[in-house]
Amino acid sequence: MANIKVDGNEIEVPDHYTLMQACEEAGAEIPRFCYHERLSVAGNCRMCLVEVKGGPPKPAASCAMSVRDLRPGPNGEAPEVFTNTPMVKKAREGVMEFLLINHPLDCPICDQGGECDLQDQAMAYGMDSSRYQENKRAVEDKYIGPLVKTIMTRCIHCTRCVRFTTEVAGISELGLIGRGEDAEITTYLEQAMTSELQGNVIDLCPVGALTSKPYAFQARPWELNKTESVDVMDAVGSNIRVDSRGREVMRVMPRVNEAINEEWISDKTRFIWDGLKSQRLDKVYVKKNRKLQASDWNDAFATIARAVKKADPAKIGALAGDLAGAEEMYALKALLSAVGSKSFDCRPVGSAIEPSKGRASYIMNAGITGIEEADAILIVGSDPRKEASVLNARIRKAWRQNGTPIAVIGENADLKYDYAYLGTGTEALAALAAGDDKFAKVLSKAKRPMIIVGEGALSGTTAKDVLALSAQIASDNGALSDDWNGFAVLHNAAGRVGGLDVGFVPERGGMDAAKMQAAGKKGELDVVFLLGADNYDLSAFENSFVVYIGSHGDRGAHAADVILPGSAYTEKSVTYVNTAGTVQRTNRAVFGPGEAKEDWAILRALSAHLGATLPFDNLNQLRAAMFAEVPHLAVVEGPVETKAADVAKLAKVPAKIKAGALVSPIDDFYLTNPIARASKVMAECSQLALGQVKEAAE
Amino acid sequence: MLTDKDRIFTNLYGLGDWSLEGAKKRGSWSQTKSFIDKGRDWITDEVKGSGLRGRGGAGFPTGLKWSFMPKQNDGRPHYLVVNADESEPGTCKDREIMRHDPHHLVEGCLLAGRAMDAHHAFIYVRGEFIRERERLQAAVDQAYEAKLIGKNNVHGWDFDIVVHHGAGAYICGEETALLESLEGKKGQPRLKPPFPAGMGLYGCPTTVNNVESIAVVPEILRRGGSWFAGLGRENNTGSKLFCVSGHVNTPATFEEEMGITFGELIDKHCGGIRGGWDNLLAVIPGGSSVPCVPGEKMRDAVMDFDGLREVGSSLGTAAVIVMDKSTDIIAAIARLSYFYKHESCGQCTPCREGTGWMYRVMERMVRGEAQKREIDMLFEVTKQVEGHTICALGDAAAWPIQGLIRNFRPVIEARIDQYTHNAKAEGAVPSVAAE
Repeated sequence: MANIKVDGNEIEVPDHYTLMQACEEAGAEIPRFCYHERLSVAGNCRMCLVEVKGGPPKPAASCAMSVRDLRPGPNGEAPEVFTNTPMVKKAREGVMEFLLINHPLDCPICDQGGECDLQDQAMAYGMDSSRYQENKRAVEDKYIGPLVKTIMTRCIHCTRCVRFTTEVAGISELGLIGRGEDAEITTYLEQAMTSELQGNVIDLCPVGALTSKPYAFQARPWELNKTESVDVMDAVGSNIRVDSRGREVMRVMPRVNEAINEEWISDKTRFIWDGLKSQRLDKVYVKKNRKLQASDWNDAFATIARAVKKADPAKIGALAGDLAGAEEMYALKALLSAVGSKSFDCRPVGSAIEPSKGRASYIMNAGITGIEEADAILIVGSDPRKEASVLNARIRKAWRQNGTPIAVIGENADLKYDYAYLGTGTEALAALAAGDDKFAKVLSKAKRPMIIVGEGALSGTTAKDVLALSAQIASDNGALSDDWNGFAVLHNAAGRVGGLDVGFVPERGGMDAAKMQAAGKKGELDVVFLLGADNYDLSAFENSFVVYIGSHGDRGAHAADVILPGSAYTEKSVTYVNTAGTVQRTNRAVFGPGEAKEDWAILRALSAHLGATLPFDNLNQLRAAMFAEVPHLAVVEGPVETKAADVAKLAKVPAKIKAGALVSPIDDFYLTNPIARASKVMAECSQLALGQVKEAAE
Repeated sequence: MLTDKDRIFTNLYGLGDWSLEGAKKRGSWSQTKSFIDKGRDWITDEVKGSGLRGRGGAGFPTGLKWSFMPKQNDGRPHYLVVNADESEPGTCKDREIMRHDPHHLVEGCLLAGRAMDAHHAFIYVRGEFIRERERLQAAVDQAYEAKLIGKNNVHGWDFDIVVHHGAGAYICGEETALLESLEGKKGQPRLKPPFPAGMGLYGCPTTVNNVESIAVVPEILRRGGSWFAGLGRENNTGSKLFCVSGHVNTPATFEEEMGITFGELIDKHCGGIRGGWDNLLAVIPGGSSVPCVPGEKMRDAVMDFDGLREVGSSLGTAAVIVMDKSTDIIAAIARLSYFYKHESCGQCTPCREGTGWMYRVMERMVRGEAQKREIDMLFEVTKQVEGHTICALGDAAAWPIQGLIRNFRPVIEARIDQYTHNAKAEGAVPSVAAE
């Protein structure tokens, strides 16, 4: 700890603090443009200048100077810093004037207007008028991709975007070329950036140089209602703010959550919102004469009731999709149990995950922050860059800042960090478990090793072997102790852990997803409920009566006999549990389109028609019932308690291991769910990404 | 007045043999081993005792700078980096050393390397210096061949010298930008602290010295620090290469004792001012980045660090630019403003935006197309740039203009009046509106 006097107030701050942090601690506000706490220090905007007593007769950049760099006074007095002296005021005014002389001041037509650092700070620290009489500089706009719009004349060269892309996103495609007043930010050859995190430069840009292309000229920040919510595009559960106007979602912004997404979100999270407006199911549809026709709720419920009454309860099943919330799955399970069904599933086909084996067996036990605490990381059968881009940035951070050694078994993909590639499949995993690999030594030496197993590797023919071997590697290398559980399952669907938590899996004697598909093909599945389930082989249910509850006219709706329009994640309050087991709730930002209702309410209404009325009339009653069964869902962002012993029990490796490559289930990052598939922006990104693959192949 | 026996650079004009053989005849590479054997503290103390101040412009005591290098080696290598990126307009001293007396520099690198426990030296040569780089490389090769440097050399101190060729950016002469450039990055100055002595090239302790500072070290050690300290005045000791250009009868680069007066310097070495002393308008005494001094103040000015501070300027690199009364002083300074606008790296706001602004206002003032109040505004703008940037380029851009306004304000005002007068005379400004 060090003592420092800020504007006469003596405070005690940690040694490693910068002057800026110390001043903030003392309650003095320091303006800044280039400084960002999650990026390296550039010190080039010169807005944060403060006066240091006894230093050289010029102000010092407070973002770059550490408290440690200051020398105490002759009699050991605390060093003194001033943030409100005439020297500081003049320095700030000077820098502000320089920033504005070549800034176009086109605030009335600028999308950043109203949330612009330059605007705000010019008001607070600038002069009232400019003395600049010369012509202003104009800079050509650059193409840097379909997501980020550039108006480069507005750029103030803070280089936050360059630092973000090189440091956090791990791409070197954005840079500052030229010199002096001719310096320009560009992607050099004006190609699109290839990062899944590029949208974050929009938030980082302190001016309107980089803005959202899809959102261009759509709304002003002061017109928007801001709703804090949670993202469902992947299993990370990034914290978001949904900005809406009237019944429309206008944009999605990140919220800070250190334990989950820091302050980054992926492009899918950010630019998905146009998908919320197209391909929506806004009416009830019932298949009549082999054709879906618009209908009403009563007709639809009656049709379903007839089908269920006809059916053998053992031949009724339900599948939950990637975006299903815990409440909905709980309600659906309760409904189907009431009519006698035992067949539910929320997992991919052939999954080895069994909630009965303990919660530790299917979540990322050490939490997402655990990635930074780990001293060795093994990634099995996952492409975290596609499956959880923000989490991948966290792995990159660990690699960059802590030098954490990383190894991958599965696809040899470009993850934006260096890793040891151990092989494609189960053989490599078995070899590592047997200690036959160089990385085995790294793992055994590590005090807190982390084994990240992709959900893709935990389904299919080799799933059981992968689970057993991964658990064995974790257990053999000290990853399962009292204070560190390094076994980590990386899911790729937002609803999955919630589904597993509420037990949306077959009961004894019931069918899982694979069996339902097989039964469907044989014509032995009478009725199947699809709760937004689009990522299964739906052709298997051609002979079944299919009820689709969902928000978008996607694959599931095409296979349906009855369509019940549900709500998307921005239109309801539901519980999601992320891959690390953290419970979070979304909030309703807008109402669903047309006749769309909240999914739990649809199920409650349907239950009355099936003669099995569910015992709750509102969301609070539903939640109370759910919490009684699954208590940990009651506490949002509560502590995640798991038993490492559960993982150790999984480590029963069969004598013969099935060979097979471990492939990530996500082949197209931009089109993983019905909302994304309805989005024009995502389609464009997907095409661009595919086009680049082609180009590289040529 | 420097006598011939005290001269360090005895082949400055290339009249003798530049090569190892010639250099040895002139005394280079003698007793080097004994200096190395005496150890780093002895060398540093001799240099401290000599009072040598850095010859690159800032005048920081060289021995003191060397003593900032860590005493204990923590496993990281130490590096000596020699700044041969001589790009300051008016300066042409290091060039002559590299051309004609390169072995002074090579030997100096070895000795300075010993003084800071460095086994590697990098000499960063300015991009435009093609022949100089070739000559320096040849000298380094000769030294390697004669086992004077390299692994297992005759001096018992393993030492490698890498001659690196820059790409010709002025900013790479700033020490931290030079290190960035040497590392293969864009030449942009780094934030200080950390200082290079703690974290320099590739994150290792590094000292960056000017060519001349290093090249004089062997002679200082051979003749003793007290000999060097006996030249010049206190705090401004030794001899120095001066480069006089501009309106003198014989422009020249020469070695002279510090503390000589400007009048003596010009009369002795440069054949006087063109058109006589009465024709002297102004002098920029230390390279383009120091303020100009009006001629009448200059004749008796003492040419050393403290002496020139007294007349409101600085010794800088001792590149003396002399301007007689035929000079358009506003245009001359405007040209320097253009230079700094062109060479600003674009990192810090005040310098990036300010250099362009200052240049544009200066351009108008050359024509007189300005308001008189803009002179004060321009002065204030230079004050807003000065001291607000990471490196000293902002200061360097501001000082020439400050010098101009301080010393030649009537000239600028007269130019503005003339412009207005002309405009009225040509009828461009209706007289009614003008009133």
